[in-house]
Amino acid sequence: MPLVKANVIVSDDFVQVADDAPLPDGAILISATRLLADAETILRRNGNTGVVWPNNRSVAELVPYLGRLAVIALVFPTFRDGRAYTQARLLRERYGFEGELRATGQVLRDQFVFMLRSGFDAFDVKKDSDAEAFCQVARRYSVVYQPTGDGRATAHDSRRALQDEDAR
Amino acid sequence: MYAYDEIDRAFLSERVSEFRDQVARRLSGELTEDEFKSLRLMNGVYLQLHAYMFRVAIPYGTLSSAQLRRLAAVARKYDRGYGHFTTRQNIQYNWIKLAELPDAMEELAEVGIHAIQTSGNCVRNITADQWSGVTPGEVDDPRIWAEVLRQYTTLHPEFSFLPRKFKIAITASDHDRAAIKIHDIGLKLKRNDEGRLGFEVLVGGGLGRTPFIGKTVNAFVPARDIVSYVEAVLRVYNQCGRRDNIYKARIKILVHELGAEAFARDVEAEWAQIRDSALVVDDDMVADIRSRFSYPDYQELPETPGELVRETDPHFRTWLHNSVAPHKEPGYAIVTLSLKPVGGAPGDATAEQMDAIADLADRYSFGEIRVGHEQNLALPNVAKRDLPALWRALDRIGVATPNVNLVSDIIACPGLDYCSLANARSIPVAQELTRRFADHDLAAMIGRLHINISGCINACGHHHVGHIGILGVEKNGEEFYQITIGGRADEGAVVGTLIGPAVRFTEVADVIEDIVEAYLALRARPDELFIDAVARLGVQPFKERVYATR
Repeated sequence: MPLVKANVIVSDDFVQVADDAPLPDGAILISATRLLADAETILRRNGNTGVVWPNNRSVAELVPYLGRLAVIALVFPTFRDGRAYTQARLLRERYGFEGELRATGQVLRDQFVFMLRSGFDAFDVKKDSDAEAFCQVARRYSVVYQPTGDGRATAHDSRRALQDEDAR
Repeated sequence: MYAYDEIDRAFLSERVSEFRDQVARRLSGELTEDEFKSLRLMNGVYLQLHAYMFRVAIPYGTLSSAQLRRLAAVARKYDRGYGHFTTRQNIQYNWIKLAELPDAMEELAEVGIHAIQTSGNCVRNITADQWSGVTPGEVDDPRIWAEVLRQYTTLHPEFSFLPRKFKIAITASDHDRAAIKIHDIGLKLKRNDEGRLGFEVLVGGGLGRTPFIGKTVNAFVPARDIVSYVEAVLRVYNQCGRRDNIYKARIKILVHELGAEAFARDVEAEWAQIRDSALVVDDDMVADIRSRFSYPDYQELPETPGELVRETDPHFRTWLHNSVAPHKEPGYAIVTLSLKPVGGAPGDATAEQMDAIADLADRYSFGEIRVGHEQNLALPNVAKRDLPALWRALDRIGVATPNVNLVSDIIACPGLDYCSLANARSIPVAQELTRRFADHDLAAMIGRLHINISGCINACGHHHVGHIGILGVEKNGEEFYQITIGGRADEGAVVGTLIGPAVRFTEVADVIEDIVEAYLALRARPDELFIDAVARLGVQPFKERVYATR
């Protein structure tokens, strides 16, 4: 599955490690259970750590580790299950996570805009054709109606700007 | 009426082009039906028994004459010349072709109409009292706030894949015409003791398999905070709502399982975090939205004009008494157009009728039309002196049946004639009942009586809250109907009670006649309404009457 970051397909530096496998050197992606079992030791090792966080577990549990996690991978078990959008916004907007927020699972073209607006910046895209279309799809909407942590100007902001311009 | 600006138009055009791309990918096989399903649903496209069905939103039930004409044009060009107005201020086309849908959407977008979020597990079309802004005694025009919420919920990135669909309705009147208590969120506009504008917020109403009446979770949310409060409700629901069982996924089940108080505490805790954020609805924003609703330039007119007094045709007087309601401006009236002719399919209108109504709206109602959840239309701004002329014109096109709120003003879903979910037919049941109660004097003598028919447990015909509710079920391949009585959808909303075993298709109209006869025999006074008689007497006497000879 191609990984998309900053609009382009990139190679994935992170190795996903099974719970019972020894930890290799370098960047790893481990389960929530494994991380929480011995977080301090794991986070002290040499190499970046990422965690795959299930969508039915509170992201507040991650707060003590946020500054030391390079990647949080949130999961879309089906594209119809939207819990990870809330988790993403909470991580970015409430808890200030600045690392990579990766969308995994059923990640399809038609969710890209929603994911970007919720704070994801890496996308484990299911289909090659969707990954290739990322850049074009991400720019599909010039107008958004609600404020989120992505900082885009909303329709109302644009209207106000136009009015201010008129007033000058 | 609300005028779209360049920003809204750009957005709609982008939405249409996205859908065009999705349809192309579906037709080429790049998208599976399963992947396409949730995308088409969020654009109001269902796959029904015979064809795709296209559900178009009429936000807060307000249409301009130009918009209604365009709905007629789409009916003519892409469908079979008619449309069906639903219980949620939408219009449905039942015979549309998938490949033509993007073009139909583009034509609608030209007049500021769309089908965004009319289905799917997202926040649906925000509905409001169809008399918003014209009925006397409102604290504010609910459509302003419906529009605030419509914009906020449109393609919301966090809440487009909720556990299940999510419906919001708003009223500002003590008499609730928007059925807010059977919505996922019901909002009642009010002023608090200090005169500040705000909302009573009800959560967890809904019908379907497990009906619940909404519970008040906050008695007063200041208007400036309504968006953050709704976001808090949606966020709690998105995280905690059940996704393991489609029948338990609505917010009503979450509220029920947690208890309304615990649910309210969770919402309050979330709200505390986001209340003072970019979600505050500032005065600027409200003023901007308010300024884009145009209100007619009302003239000073007499309350009782000569034209009205001189028109003595008894049919006119009957219609006037039944279909015309008071307006906030002296000399004006709100006119309901019944889409429930004897023998007709409730809520259906032909393209010719829509065009004619649009013309009459231009001539008599400042170009404005309303759509109510009872599946009727209204002209909200009619000068009383014009009522006789308007009545003649409406009568000519078949929308002046004087049965508004009477026994033949039946709410019904499309049922098994169209819908792939249905277990039984709804429309023929409604049609037969309108024939049985075609005599206006009888219907007037019976008085206010709402019959609601749903062709399956999903309850699109709101059968639980009909004064008489009829639910189609299937037993061994045969259509049966369960009858409930005592339900209501207004400010005193309550779920009706089953009177006994289901009856056959051929027996339904007889059973309803028996119930009505029992009521006429049992009512304490001629002005004791059916619903009040049932509340006083309970189900038993009606049950006895129905099943004594069956």
